[in-house]
Amino acid sequence: MTNKDYSNKIFKFILKFSAIVSFSILVLIFVVLLKHSYLAVKTFKLKFFIDTTWDPVFEKFGALPFVYGTLLTSFLALIISAPISISVALFLSEFANRRLKEFLGVIISLLAAIPSVIYGLVGIFVLAPLMREYISPGIQKIFGFLPFFQGSVYGLDYFTASIVLSIMITPTITSISTELFDAVSKSLREASLALGATKWEMIKISVLKTTKVGIIAALLLGLGRAIGETMAVTMVIGNVPNISLSLFSSGATLASVIANEFTEATGDLYLSSLYYIGLVLLLVTLALNLSSNILIKYLVKTK
Amino acid sequence: MKKIIKNAIAAVVILSNLIFAQKVVLINGAGATFPYPLYSKWFYEYSKIDKTVNFNYQSIGSGGGIRQILAQTVDFGASDAFLTEEQLKQAPAKILHIPTTAGAVVLTYNIPELKGKETLRLTPEIISKIYLGKIKKWNDKLIQTENPNVTLPDKNIVVARRSDGSGTTFIFTDYLCEISAEWKNRVGKGTSVNWPVGLGGKGNEGVAGIVKNTPYSMGYVEISYAIQNNLDYAIVKNKDGYYVKPTIESITAAIEDKAKNMPDDYRVSIVNAGGKNSYPISGFTWILAYQKQKDPVRGEKLVKFLKWALTDGQKYCAEIHYAPLPKNLVDKVLKTIETIEY
Amino acid sequence: MNRKLKDKIFQFFIYLSVSIVSFVLLFITGYVLYKGFSSINLDFFIRLPKPVGEKGGGMVNAIVGSFMIVGIASLFSIPLSILTGVYLSEYKNEKFANIVRSSLEILGAVPSIVIGVFVYGLVVYPMKRFSLLAGSIALSIIMIPLIARTTEEMLNMVPTTIKEAGLSLGIKNWKVIFYIILNTAKPGVLTGVLLSLARVFGETAPLLFTSFGNRFWHRSILDPAAALPLQIFVYAIAPYDDWNRQAWAGAFVLIVIVYILIIVSRRLVLKNK
Repeated sequence: MTNKDYSNKIFKFILKFSAIVSFSILVLIFVVLLKHSYLAVKTFKLKFFIDTTWDPVFEKFGALPFVYGTLLTSFLALIISAPISISVALFLSEFANRRLKEFLGVIISLLAAIPSVIYGLVGIFVLAPLMREYISPGIQKIFGFLPFFQGSVYGLDYFTASIVLSIMITPTITSISTELFDAVSKSLREASLALGATKWEMIKISVLKTTKVGIIAALLLGLGRAIGETMAVTMVIGNVPNISLSLFSSGATLASVIANEFTEATGDLYLSSLYYIGLVLLLVTLALNLSSNILIKYLVKTK
Repeated sequence: MKKIIKNAIAAVVILSNLIFAQKVVLINGAGATFPYPLYSKWFYEYSKIDKTVNFNYQSIGSGGGIRQILAQTVDFGASDAFLTEEQLKQAPAKILHIPTTAGAVVLTYNIPELKGKETLRLTPEIISKIYLGKIKKWNDKLIQTENPNVTLPDKNIVVARRSDGSGTTFIFTDYLCEISAEWKNRVGKGTSVNWPVGLGGKGNEGVAGIVKNTPYSMGYVEISYAIQNNLDYAIVKNKDGYYVKPTIESITAAIEDKAKNMPDDYRVSIVNAGGKNSYPISGFTWILAYQKQKDPVRGEKLVKFLKWALTDGQKYCAEIHYAPLPKNLVDKVLKTIETIEY
Repeated sequence: MNRKLKDKIFQFFIYLSVSIVSFVLLFITGYVLYKGFSSINLDFFIRLPKPVGEKGGGMVNAIVGSFMIVGIASLFSIPLSILTGVYLSEYKNEKFANIVRSSLEILGAVPSIVIGVFVYGLVVYPMKRFSLLAGSIALSIIMIPLIARTTEEMLNMVPTTIKEAGLSLGIKNWKVIFYIILNTAKPGVLTGVLLSLARVFGETAPLLFTSFGNRFWHRSILDPAAALPLQIFVYAIAPYDDWNRQAWAGAFVLIVIVYILIIVSRRLVLKNK
């Protein structure tokens, strides 16, 4: 054996070892979560997601209020963010010159980099009072006949949390969408323009239609991000494990209940239930990311 | 580039040595937010007296204190809810409850119309009905009758309670169980309960924050939090029909009424005390420590601190509105502290 | 007419969206800088926290704590992830590489609070103490997928001609990879590192149950430690005005650090192009 073989082999071994460590972390996460949630899983099984009682005194734990809070705020955030994010992406792709694109790119990166706790801070001291004093009562005056806008307004509620989340997921959706739109071939665009389409029609036909799958993937990623978001939501959602149609009602999410109660859960079943919620959170975000990746891979394949 | 990194590492090493040069022992505790203003004052003052030890206390709620001391991830816990029989059985070794002080759980409120005017008066019935969700408005007949001199606004009561495991909740729900059979059956008492109504705040700080920032809200907090944040708090009718303002004297009166026969492990509730001067929602708070300390150095320093807290430390209680422990109780507790082995 | 109107409405909406996004960023940044700047004083940077309810004091232990937690996390994660990235790029066709790549994608999608729960179960509970070390482990887990994937991508972008040239000169394979290719991709890899640093500097959730917080100095990495985002959180939800002021000051420091890291990393990307 020459020296050359040894050093290369050692190098490869080091590389492989690092990769194994990285891979093992994921496996470990599942192992630890499964181990500690086992008690709750065994006790409640799937009923966990239908029960609405979260009662540490009588040791009855049902996660439906948190599932509801998570889904409501995340989907609402998506609904608010999607049109805006996609529009910004279209602007970057179709309208902006290079300098503007660079400048907006910086803005979006910075928006993405703002820590969650700072979003929460601004949420508590700026957005919540604004919502409580002006915006929500205003909405209630116009749309108060709908059950979604009824009830007293405290400012720390589903609505405020959804707005904060929508801001936080916008950079994710925008950056992916921009890449998608940039990838649309110039000739495809020019074809529709040559046929006399307006800019909007050109975008509708040549860009949006062809990138439909990719946009869905981007939205799924945004949704995944919203579902896992913890700090900003905990700070503005009110932390009440109930279920209410009204957006002005306080609530809780899967992530916020863990943040609030994990260090304090006395009792094995209580703690195990929180691990169970962690496991669910993990699986849901994973599912969303995997679906998104599958869609993107499908996109790449069909190109 | 390399030079910058080298300089940065050198700076960090020098800085670390400066910070960590002195031999300071760090003792970690966690738990109740109820006594946190007092404890943080104690730890701050004590670090000046004994420069070789720092007490790091994280105010995460009594539930957290109980949980972390049972898991032995902290050197001591703190809780205003004493451990239940099951929890004591769960413990890997004997845990002592060291009472340090007593405080009052007050009903703090934010009614703009009442600012600077007469203090709100509440009865046990009103309090329980508000927290059961049966009284929804400030100008409800029951409340208005108790407060004839003020005009209460026609606004919904925004109820605030704890979202985390709390000894303050334990004291409050203990009281509610005593004065309301419906509460006892429907909700019960504990560090964390299934609340019929209310916004959740994290810690006493969180509830005080909600009340401070939300007009027409009401919450239950340790009196120190209400006073330090300029929040109004109610006068409560006790079981003998007297309206009592939460003060050090009325807390002490409650201790005298209900803790006359103090059990040896100090696990006693002093809510719903009787007598002319007793404030009905009072409670002790305890430091939870293992009788056999694992680490001799930490154990010794912890014992020294506890002795100081029960003696010299008590002089800091009054100015932050905690009741110092009565002398005969202090003597008894000092004897218990002597039994801690390290 | 209808078509032209639709076109105009559409363009209006686009400009509106861009304005909203720009405004939101500028407002949040501006507000934090403004509130933070007016809340900051020298004490903030050199003093420890004061007892509850008393005015004054600072966050020096949280600032240093954050640097130390992130620093130690980097010691774990940077070498490990760069080597993993090299592996993924060099042996990209091996089956194991595909497994690792997928698992890193999945790891990158795990919410940070779940990572906090994981590290509590894995490290804090068995060790029976909260620690700076546990916090660092949690943060390094967040950093690994980011750095590894960026490293892989950057290495893939290095033209194969460079590698062939190196090999044809008789240089050993591992030396070619390590000294030549990695060097060429250095700006890109550094970008990945800086971005991940910016990300974890601001992370709060994973530290809630690991490094836990400290009102004083941690005396070793096995002690609980204060961290900037953690302290901001505690102070923000508290009712004390002075604590709220300090939360803004902390947010100011945090956002400045994060922004600097982001802007520097973008400069590197530009240089690379």
